[in-house]
Amino acid sequence: MRREFLSGNRAIAEAAILSGLKFYAGYPITPASDLMEYLAEKLPSYGGIVVQFEDEIASINAAIGASWAGVKAMTATSGPGFSLMAEGVSLAVATETPVVVVDIMRAGPSTGIPTKATQSDVYQARWLAHGDYTIPVFAPWSVQDCYDMTIKSFNVAEKFRTPVVLLSDANIAHMWETLYVREPGEVEIIERKKPSVPPEEYRPYQPGLDLVPPMAVFGEGYKVIVESLVHDELGYYRQDSGTYREMIARLNEKIRRGVGYIYEQEEYWVEDSDAVVVAYGSTARMVYPVVKALRQKGARVGFLRLKTLWPLDEERLWRALSRAGKVIVVENNTGRVYLDVARIAGSARTFFSPVITVDPPKFNEVMEAVARWL
Amino acid sequence: MALAKLTLHPLDKYLRTDRLPHIWCPGCGIGIALGAMLRAIDRRINEGKLDRNKVVFVTGIGCSARVSFYVDFDSAHTLHGRAIPFATGVKLANPSLEVIVVGGDGDIAGIGGNHLLHAAKRNMDLFVVMITNFVYAMTGGQLAPTTPLKVYTTTTPHGNPEPPLNVVKLVASLNANYVARASITTPHYIEMFTYKALGMRGFRFLEVISTCPEVYGRHIGLRNPVTMFEELKKRVKYKPNPVIDESDIDWEKGIVIGEYVVRNNPSYLDLVKRG
Repeated sequence: MRREFLSGNRAIAEAAILSGLKFYAGYPITPASDLMEYLAEKLPSYGGIVVQFEDEIASINAAIGASWAGVKAMTATSGPGFSLMAEGVSLAVATETPVVVVDIMRAGPSTGIPTKATQSDVYQARWLAHGDYTIPVFAPWSVQDCYDMTIKSFNVAEKFRTPVVLLSDANIAHMWETLYVREPGEVEIIERKKPSVPPEEYRPYQPGLDLVPPMAVFGEGYKVIVESLVHDELGYYRQDSGTYREMIARLNEKIRRGVGYIYEQEEYWVEDSDAVVVAYGSTARMVYPVVKALRQKGARVGFLRLKTLWPLDEERLWRALSRAGKVIVVENNTGRVYLDVARIAGSARTFFSPVITVDPPKFNEVMEAVARWL
Repeated sequence: MALAKLTLHPLDKYLRTDRLPHIWCPGCGIGIALGAMLRAIDRRINEGKLDRNKVVFVTGIGCSARVSFYVDFDSAHTLHGRAIPFATGVKLANPSLEVIVVGGDGDIAGIGGNHLLHAAKRNMDLFVVMITNFVYAMTGGQLAPTTPLKVYTTTTPHGNPEPPLNVVKLVASLNANYVARASITTPHYIEMFTYKALGMRGFRFLEVISTCPEVYGRHIGLRNPVTMFEELKKRVKYKPNPVIDESDIDWEKGIVIGEYVVRNNPSYLDLVKRG
């Protein structure tokens, strides 16, 4: 472990290399381009390759292909490019392909404000594509968190054979902070489960007890079938309700059952508080000092930071919020995570306080948003 | 079980015979194209030039893309139009694999057209086989990028107002190492060109002109599979060294097949010094 001084995007790149990234595909887009530029410089010396594709559609599909050829793959983009990746993400869901997609949020909709951050892509990260699925979404709030959550994203992608979205934003991406980076061996790096049976007995989509099928890749003699259509355990296309139900149930359930591993929250002064503020990402950076200042004035206010946005560990979140008389959700959008918190904590005591700004939220703005409901 | 193991055809060893019968209509040319490709692959394998476990078929969506259902190799049936970028990721992640993309003209040159031209521009180490039937057949007969001018399709009921795309000419204008055209009426050329392409590096493109009596044949009044085959056969002309200006597909003047481009430009993998 050693101290470094990095930007959020560089921390993601460094953590990806440590996690074993070997294939990066991307297309230039602000504020994600510098992540690709940094990797293009560094990844070849680790035996990896960085390719600039013709668009984000090609990038996500190439990353999925690379994953099926046996390497860890990643792409990074921002809202408009992320929109183009929608169908590819659904392919990764259906084919259970480990792949990490980094979305550096900017202001939207449409071309929006490329250089400025908001939290407007929260539902995009959750429900980007068509189909009935659940994928993990992580929301770092610091450069250290970018580093740690990137390692976690790769681990979750490999462990559960799923696309994972790492949801950063323009503020965190270009912010420089000191952080601790790890040496190889200092942190757990998870690799996908391999089949233990010979090729004749291998059924590519037959799950283990964790509902995740062992993954044979191309070139190993397993005659793998990657199938985008609804398929049975053999990977054969089926059009019946039974196969569809089984596949959709398992794709969702494997993530739901893994929530204990996937979900993380951080609690500050939550036990003795009458009101708890819930926030995440770059907005949470200013919520923390605001709550601290309020406590110094004697207010019994706590702060709960979501590190994982989806899936939420609803029981854990409910338990943490159960003692508070009020729950205040602060987001840089018109109320996204608020809807889930209100459902979990109870809408009668949950209040929404948006801080909608394209600049890093200011202390007074957040103070006003929180104090409004105290 | 004993019956399942019975070899009925010399190429059965390359097919997932438990998935037969296939979905292709009577008179469809895709089976002829696939058979010829498998014979070329078989020759390469028998010569020890190709490892069966290193062959990967990547397809998108459409009738031709269903090839990945039936071949007993590593195979991927991916998204409509995205077989080429998927295959690019596969090849760059593991350059020891021989990656073969098969698709229809709509899949490869319509929705996937941008990927096609960029892969050719990169001279990406892929073998792409485009089976042209001049129509979107799986979705019921809509306009394809290769549909000739004025032809009726279900989405151009007053006749196609757009001149067709000559995909051979497009790919030849880029940095591809190999551009050839064959026809399902000349399966020996499909086999010969596939065999040759499998021994080369860089981007290799083979267009196979095919018959679709069920959908396209209905549109142009050649509903009978035998008649459609005969009509195509009459128009196909092989030339040993065709020039690119002869490559326009014209039902009246004929369809020139042959090897349009044979180059030895450095491939993408050569230039990035991998594999």
